[in-house]
Amino acid sequence: MAQCLRVIQPINTNFMKNIKYLIAGIFFGIVLVKAQVISWFRIQEMFQLTSFHMYGVIGVGVITGMISIQVIKRFGIKTFDGQPITIPPKKFDKGQIFGGLIFGIGWAITGACPGPLFAQIGLGFTVVLITLLSAIGGTWVYGLWEKKLPH
Amino acid sequence: MQIIHFIQQPWHWAVGGVLIGLTVPLLLLLGNKTLGISSTLRQICAACFPADISFFKYDWKAQAWNLFFVAGILIGAFLAATFLNGNAPIEVAAATQQRLQAYHLTNYSQLLPAEIFSWSNLFTWKGLIFFVVGGFLIGFGTRYAGGCTSGHSIMGLSNLQWPSLVATICFMAGGFFSANVIIPWIFQWLNA
Repeated sequence: MAQCLRVIQPINTNFMKNIKYLIAGIFFGIVLVKAQVISWFRIQEMFQLTSFHMYGVIGVGVITGMISIQVIKRFGIKTFDGQPITIPPKKFDKGQIFGGLIFGIGWAITGACPGPLFAQIGLGFTVVLITLLSAIGGTWVYGLWEKKLPH
Repeated sequence: MQIIHFIQQPWHWAVGGVLIGLTVPLLLLLGNKTLGISSTLRQICAACFPADISFFKYDWKAQAWNLFFVAGILIGAFLAATFLNGNAPIEVAAATQQRLQAYHLTNYSQLLPAEIFSWSNLFTWKGLIFFVVGGFLIGFGTRYAGGCTSGHSIMGLSNLQWPSLVATICFMAGGFFSANVIIPWIFQWLNA
């Protein structure tokens, strides 16, 4: 457990370099809450097909992201400090099917995906810390079984 | 202060959608970073409990920016709840309210039902299922799928990646099964 302090190391050494991502995260956290996508009720509505809200948020989000990436690619836009932008492609394996189904079950139960877990804790539902720890445990078990699972 | 009042109102889904979508180019422009939050769970494993597992032997420190990003999410949610009326009661569709009533859930004062998400449930079957089992499925499933809602459904779909479409369809299929078959069954059993 003492090793956990290692998480803090890059935070110490690269603080100024990474502070912009903290600010981007604050923006994203506010949006997740105000768009209500971290609401357990909204997730139930989505999967019970009783409200358009979540479909609207995700749909508009994807379209906005899609247009943004097309603009970046088309005009060869670079990062603010002049580096080229490259997006690694996603490779297909069966994990997207099996893992996807497993995650979907957990998504409806907890009303959260990984990002919203952090947001729900910030919102004041500190017991979600247990859910987060368990999610870290789930990731660890995946790592342990990685080679044995069908991919 | 006008602007604060403006932000405090409930947001239309299109506003939330545009701002979530804009996070994709924001991270790319800030430093060629791709949105993907479940990776932080792997980083935490690699930092805290690597246990000589090959999956956790990688340069997790190179992805330190993502730990800053999720710390920001936590702070942002706190700020929204404290100053931007982010934890106000929400409208819930009548049909869903009816089903939740059958589960004995009637408290709509916050974004999460207090009947489930409280520390007093930690050492009960309810807590075990909704916190421990649910969390485990998120962590295991997202890593197995190689991403979550942010990495696949927002980032991957935005970049027209067909494996992300497969993943998103499976997320939804799992969710439909869970919300319409597993969750009713859980509550039937819990409330029996």
